[in-house]
Amino acid sequence: MVMTREEKLARINAHQERVNLIFEKIDSLGLLGKVMKLENSKILEYIKESGLKGRGGAGFPTYLKWKLAADQKSDMKYVICNADEGEPGTFKDRKILEEQADKVFAGMAICAKVIGAPEGYVYLRGEYNYLVPLLTTKMNAFNDEMNKLGLNFTLKLRSGSGAYICGEETALIESMEGYRGEARNKPPYPVEKGYLGKPTVINNVETLVYCTMIVLNEGGKFKTFGTEISAGSKVFSVSGDADVEGIYELELGMTIQEFVDLFGDGDTKAVQVGGASGFCVPRKKFKETIIGFEGVPTGGSMMLFNSTRSMYHILMNYMEFMQEESCGQCTPCRVGCQQLVKGIQAIKHKKRPATYLDDLVKLAKSMRVASKCGLGQSVANPFISIVENFREEIIY
Amino acid sequence: MSENKQKMISVTIDGTPVTVPENTTILDAAKLLGVHIPTLCHHEDLCVAGNCRVCMVEVKGSRTLQASCATPASDGMEIYTNSRLVRTARKHVIELLLSEHRGDCLRCYRNGNCELQALANEYRIDQGVFIDLHKEDQVDISSPAIQKDDSKCIRCQRCVRACTELQSVSALCVAHKGADMRITTFWDKALAYVVCTNCGQCVTHCPTGALTERNYVEDVWDAIYDPTKHVVVQTAPAIRVSIGEEVGLEPGQRVTKRLVTALRRLGFDSVLDTDFTADLTIIEEGNELLHRLTKAVRDKEDVALPMITSCSPGWIKYIEHEFSNHLDHLSTCKSPQQMFGPLAKTYYAEKIGVDPKDMVVVSIMPCTAKKFEAARPEMMASGLRDVDYVLTTRELGLMIRQAGIDFTKLEEGDYDSILGKSTGAGAIFGATGGVMEAALRTAYELITGREIPFENLNIKPVRGLSGVKEATLKIEGTLEKYKFLEGVELKVAIGHGLANARKIMKQLESGESPYHFIEIMACPGGCIGGGGQPIPTTDEIRTKRANAIYDEDEKMQYRKSHDNPEIIEIYEDFLKEPLGHKSHELLHTSYVKREKN
Amino acid sequence: MQGSENIVRKAVRKYGKGRENLLPILQMVRKEHNYLSEDQLREIATEMDLSSADVYGVATFYSFMDMQPKGKNIIRICKTITCFMKGKDSIVSALEDALGIKMGETTPDRKFSLLEANCIGWCHKGPAMLINDKVYTELTPEKAVQALDEYM
Repeated sequence: MVMTREEKLARINAHQERVNLIFEKIDSLGLLGKVMKLENSKILEYIKESGLKGRGGAGFPTYLKWKLAADQKSDMKYVICNADEGEPGTFKDRKILEEQADKVFAGMAICAKVIGAPEGYVYLRGEYNYLVPLLTTKMNAFNDEMNKLGLNFTLKLRSGSGAYICGEETALIESMEGYRGEARNKPPYPVEKGYLGKPTVINNVETLVYCTMIVLNEGGKFKTFGTEISAGSKVFSVSGDADVEGIYELELGMTIQEFVDLFGDGDTKAVQVGGASGFCVPRKKFKETIIGFEGVPTGGSMMLFNSTRSMYHILMNYMEFMQEESCGQCTPCRVGCQQLVKGIQAIKHKKRPATYLDDLVKLAKSMRVASKCGLGQSVANPFISIVENFREEIIY
Repeated sequence: MSENKQKMISVTIDGTPVTVPENTTILDAAKLLGVHIPTLCHHEDLCVAGNCRVCMVEVKGSRTLQASCATPASDGMEIYTNSRLVRTARKHVIELLLSEHRGDCLRCYRNGNCELQALANEYRIDQGVFIDLHKEDQVDISSPAIQKDDSKCIRCQRCVRACTELQSVSALCVAHKGADMRITTFWDKALAYVVCTNCGQCVTHCPTGALTERNYVEDVWDAIYDPTKHVVVQTAPAIRVSIGEEVGLEPGQRVTKRLVTALRRLGFDSVLDTDFTADLTIIEEGNELLHRLTKAVRDKEDVALPMITSCSPGWIKYIEHEFSNHLDHLSTCKSPQQMFGPLAKTYYAEKIGVDPKDMVVVSIMPCTAKKFEAARPEMMASGLRDVDYVLTTRELGLMIRQAGIDFTKLEEGDYDSILGKSTGAGAIFGATGGVMEAALRTAYELITGREIPFENLNIKPVRGLSGVKEATLKIEGTLEKYKFLEGVELKVAIGHGLANARKIMKQLESGESPYHFIEIMACPGGCIGGGGQPIPTTDEIRTKRANAIYDEDEKMQYRKSHDNPEIIEIYEDFLKEPLGHKSHELLHTSYVKREKN
Repeated sequence: MQGSENIVRKAVRKYGKGRENLLPILQMVRKEHNYLSEDQLREIATEMDLSSADVYGVATFYSFMDMQPKGKNIIRICKTITCFMKGKDSIVSALEDALGIKMGETTPDRKFSLLEANCIGWCHKGPAMLINDKVYTELTPEKAVQALDEYM
């Protein structure tokens, strides 16, 4: 099935128009008054029935997160929007914030109502500092609107300063509290003890927009999309050797093959799904691999590589990234990342035998179960999937 | 405490069921079953970090392994501490730690007492697979007390937690990120140039040889071997209840008399006792307190009260950095070590007919900060360096082992005279509350002419390991001279560990301190938990050492400093009177303001 | 020194002494002074009743908290694989030539510092770079060098 770029674009656009939840232009602030009159149980029911799972990558059921926080008894609670989008190959939250900040804020307000939080924060990555003036303006308008509606909810903006790990929710909280962005031991989870020790819901930018749309549409078309396990749609960030790059909202559940047919350049040999911490899918597995929680989960990053690319180089780039962005507190991640970087270099330069790669794979598997947080645990994803599928390219 | 019965939960560990209170960690639950799970970053004195990952266990139904030190057991949990997955991951973690650690164990100061070494031994990491990552770092020897070697650091952060949580000093920190993450100081400065108090809690909490005391064992051997030198040794109160641990005895054994024999065998020419100058401190400090009380109560003069003890050099450096506006609250008395030094090189030297220039004074201290204290520029009251070398309990242990002395077969010996005799009051200096207790025994008697009304002189309220202790003593039936103190409720407080000192000082800073007299020791437990003491030191061991000290006290002929016949003699002979001219010259000191940050 | 003191006090007054304000305070001082100096960190610690080591540990964690004197304008070139695939290296070379410095260095006139950054979120329009907070995408060597003009 060979399509021209125009044909691909036409198909993609048709798909997008059918889905169109995230970027649909609606007066979310105007509609908030109505939503805020809904029973909390009704809101939770909508979210539950939607089957929405967190869009940051980890995929925790959003309904459950809200419910757990709502059930906590506390004098103070918080809602935090995780806008620390740092996964290589992901850039959709940036566009959502640029174009749909109101819908993000509305989602936070809805969450705040459900769990009983008077304060919310948007934690924006430092790389997106240029969005601060825009977001500040929108936030002020939003706060005024909350005031007008007589709702006790105020939003504030916090910036990161160049640390990928702060996208991990407990590291994000540490950072907001003025500490090094090091992941905490869990339990307790943020829904019990989060920001300043209070119950806190942390949702990704995209998740919050879906919440807004689901509640505004009383469920609506969201749940008609996707699969049993991966309900709804998702915003994808497409980059690399692609005919069509950019940000697209698509239904979950398509195969990589279908995806590559739409976006690829006709010579795709591998797709890295979920960024540097995600999985590499080689051409021979395109047809059988579903994009979603039943196959390859993704926070939205889709990097396409064609046959001119060196998988060794790609792997090194990811591993060096991890080695730098690990917070460094736990042994498997701090030292493990360094060993993986040095290890594949040593094999490439014939300082270690090819069989050393097997030792490194075993190490990566230990890192997956032994690391303290998601960063260290996910280093094994790119490492093993690239090494196992492109062993020759790594060694020779 | 609470009426509510604690909720109990049941778990199985390696197939064996066990019932534990809710919120028990998996690590502690396993301990109850006699299952040992190895740890590195875990230390019972410190908050949970969960960063080394050595203590991981498998919990059925969990996607990843759980750090057992950081994970509470929950009802119905099925835990496996030694499954294939656990063993593989744990071996990997140990191998990774070894790959970033400079593992020349044979040349390491902690050889034989290193937790990483023990772990590597347990898991027989004899064929390291991974690439050596350790850096040949420069060892920081800027401080006279503590040295830091990054190439042996495993980044468990125990030192940082000790420095921050226990001591509230925060000279050490975790800095940088990822592969570059390291334990360092402000702006990566050398230890001598930061707010380090030299307390050595980082050293006793370090599992490896990354943080150690500056070791002066060879210098002391050289002095002993030098026939022209008369080498005097003094032993701090807390040594006699802890040195046993260095020579293979169980914690809590009192070995004073064997210690004396061992020191003679090592070749020290005079074996004397810091306990003597502890008694002397009580006389000087007790009189200083009375002097200040007189001024405040009788003369209504503005005088710095509460008065705070000055025996602990870690505490002194701490207040000099952190609360330098309140240095006038410190007693001007030198610490017993620094009272001993100038007396040895003046009074004692003359007595035994040795030229002070040929005398070498060595202290055996439970403390690393004493090394810094001895090196302070003002500590030259004798015209020479008053104390030449300070060794920790650990260093003395090393010398005894090097000399091949079998402690179990030693006959008993007695300290030389003079500066060798002491009382129970001097002995208890080694435990938190001890200086207070000793001071009260003397002060009360000075004021009233009667013994302090506590059964067997044991002032129990000031003992024990709670962080800040308080006591009130009503003064009744005073001697004529102290009539103005009649009915006064003397309020005292005791803090140990600098985090507790901070609390006390914050109260003082806010003008709300109700006390007349405060004892502060830099280390948790006082000197028995000092930074120079045997490793490990835990609360259980601290308690055993403290009990041994109180036992020593009870068995002494004299229990009150002013009853010490040698103290009486030295005043008659040499010092003349407390706070007198000679005392000021030799036994009192002043303090310096230092940068807070 | 007088000037730097003012920045710290201003920042602490603006955000408050609570620990949770440490990052915004560091960010503000770093932005106004272009890097965080030893004295400033010490002063922030004192003002906030924290230890200077603690503040240093936090500051060094974040890659945007520059702790060495930097140029007035900081160029951060994305080094993620997608930007690399689109020719990031040629952009670096062009900028190095134009500025007469190597990666990681600052021009002698302290106008520019040239640094690498991890993903800045413009993978579909690589190669991309930030100059201060402004984004430049779909760079060619010519476009990159041209971008410097705005800051000359």
